[in-house]
Amino acid sequence: MEIIILMSVVPDTSVKIKLTADGLPDMKEIPWIINPWDELALTRALELKEDPGNTVNKVTLLHVGPSTHGQVLRKAMAMGADEAVRIEATPRDSYETAYHIVAFLQERAFDLVLAGIESSDYNGAAVGGLVAGMLDIPSVSAVTGIQTEGDKLHVVRETDGGRETLRMPLPLLAVVQKGIAKEPRMPSMRGLMMARKKNIHVIEPGAVDSLTEYARFELPPPKPPCHMVDATNPGELLELLENESKVIHLS
Amino acid sequence: MSILIFAENRNGKFPRHVPELVTYGRQLADQFRVQAIVLAPGRMDHPELAALGKYGAHRVLSVPDQSLDVMDNRMYSDVILEIAGEEDAEILLFAYSNAGKALAPLVAAHLQAAYVSAITGLPAGTDPFVVRKKVFSGKVFTDIFVKTRKKVFTLAPHSLEASEHYDPVTPEIRHVKVHENRNVTERMEIKSQEGKLLLTEADIVISGGRGMQHPDNFKLLEELAALLGGATACTRPVSDEGWRPAEEHAGQTGKIIAPDLYFAFGISGAIQHLAGVSSSKVIAAVNTDPEAPIFEVADYGIVGDALDILPKMIEEIKRRKHV
Ligand SMILES: Cc1cc2nc3c(=O)[nH]c(=O)nc-3n(C[C@H](O)[C@H](O)[C@H](O)COP(=O)(O)OP(=O)(O)OC[C@H]3O[C@@H](n4cnc5c(N)ncnc54)[C@H](O)[C@@H]3O)c2cc1C
Ligand SMILES: Nc1ncnc2c1ncn2[C@@H]1O[C@H](COP(=O)(O)O)[C@@H](O)[C@H]1O
Repeated sequence: MEIIILMSVVPDTSVKIKLTADGLPDMKEIPWIINPWDELALTRALELKEDPGNTVNKVTLLHVGPSTHGQVLRKAMAMGADEAVRIEATPRDSYETAYHIVAFLQERAFDLVLAGIESSDYNGAAVGGLVAGMLDIPSVSAVTGIQTEGDKLHVVRETDGGRETLRMPLPLLAVVQKGIAKEPRMPSMRGLMMARKKNIHVIEPGAVDSLTEYARFELPPPKPPCHMVDATNPGELLELLENESKVIHLS
Repeated sequence: MSILIFAENRNGKFPRHVPELVTYGRQLADQFRVQAIVLAPGRMDHPELAALGKYGAHRVLSVPDQSLDVMDNRMYSDVILEIAGEEDAEILLFAYSNAGKALAPLVAAHLQAAYVSAITGLPAGTDPFVVRKKVFSGKVFTDIFVKTRKKVFTLAPHSLEASEHYDPVTPEIRHVKVHENRNVTERMEIKSQEGKLLLTEADIVISGGRGMQHPDNFKLLEELAALLGGATACTRPVSDEGWRPAEEHAGQTGKIIAPDLYFAFGISGAIQHLAGVSSSKVIAAVNTDPEAPIFEVADYGIVGDALDILPKMIEEIKRRKHV
């Protein structure tokens, strides 16, 4: 079984975003990381591959992005992926990203594609579903658990009021979220050495036009300072919540 | 043309975001002078369906097929596409829920429609069509041009208040020509949290972080939540430690919530935690550290020990409520 991980590269989630003079998000000197959900997806794929009972024999990373993301891709390789493919493009929206991914997957055998629920920068929550739709293959979303059972998968899906365990055939695209793996795996020393030798395949993109465009960005207005209440009088806070902001009802 | 609203079925009832979504769909439909049509998959009581008219649905199409009991992404998207075709839907609206996030991009891909997730209000303009959303996990707003004629959106929770201005409508029953071999999802087990107020649906959320010190102390939060009619939540380390169940973890990697009141006890206010709660209408915080970042986003705060303040608050509420 071959697993392909769709991997997005995002600014470190603890960075405060500023806007440039042109009103665009300022990406200078920002540390880049593997999108947190994709890191968990990769971790789970590697666990499956290492489990002797499993039939996973290859884990491939697929990324659409510029060469400056190569460093992050190497780190993901060092976690233990077998292969990495980078499509040389700077997508302007999630449709462009999905388009490039689909063009690649149409030419390539795969069993399971894992995508994260969203990229933590633009919060598109789009690419996984778009790829499944464009390929017209079965998909499942909000996945918090994956086990193999022969040539099928057992998938745990969060619903809005609980969770379900499903049995699904391959090929399949699964959109995963927190819970799919416990902690992201750290690259080992050996992994780092190996990753240096592994090749990142670079692919030229086809031509595509975006369906959306960012018109402008804006920082939220500064918040008025926090209204502090004395610790000796918690009742006053309740009073404010009830009568000033009217979010609780006590009588 | 029309506007098609996907109204998901949660055990035969509409979840609370459906009235918001229908209210929104009607306002959008009025801007274009077209009909707001609701598509409700699965089995559902007649009055429940009819009531969506009150929020502005011109028509409600019910598809009570048993084969829709389990959500198979592709089969659901086939059903939506079929009805969207029949009704000449130009804009398709979904909730920013697990089901909405699963289906909206699939449908968009088949329609070759632009898709924007978690839009926050009515379009800022319709020619060109511009929608607003938050990016960088709530830290930046952006306006987005939508270039295609057909459009698919999910609506961020609490983007507007549901309002009942219209009369109920008579639901229409539809059956879909489902191709069974498109359905590959076999359900083996189901666990529902019935009876419990869901975190994502609660108006009031009482939340605790590592500053709560010990799992036993979360009983205080549960008691406060029960008195105020709210649900409980926590930070990631608290759920990672097993102090609280994983479903309660709020934040960037956990649940994204937007209650009327988010009440944070012993929570530092890390950026990844705030990503999941910063859309709350009012934030109140209790923390021993006056420099804790939570106070930068809170509307109300107390610098103090949560374990000391919680019992006093609970006492005070009981006194006020005469319980
Ligand atoms: C990629 C990534 C994703 C993440 N996603 C999430 C996420 O989704 N959700 C999330 O919550 N975190 C997330 N985190 C973790 C996040 O960075 C913080 O570590 C976490 O939110 C801190 O939790 P806390 O506030 O409970 O604990 P702490 O940061 O340890 O804060 C405890 C607070 O309690 C106060 N305190 C101590 N004693 C008391 C007392 N007696 N009374 C009152 N106050 C007291 C302290 O002053 C302190 O401010 C993520 C991190 C990463 C790297
Ligand atoms: N540039 C990209 N290259 C490869 N996969 C991506 C890319 N962008 C997004 N994805 C995948 O799509 C998921 C959702 O991202 P998004 O739709 O951008 O919010 C991510 O978690 C990735 O799995």
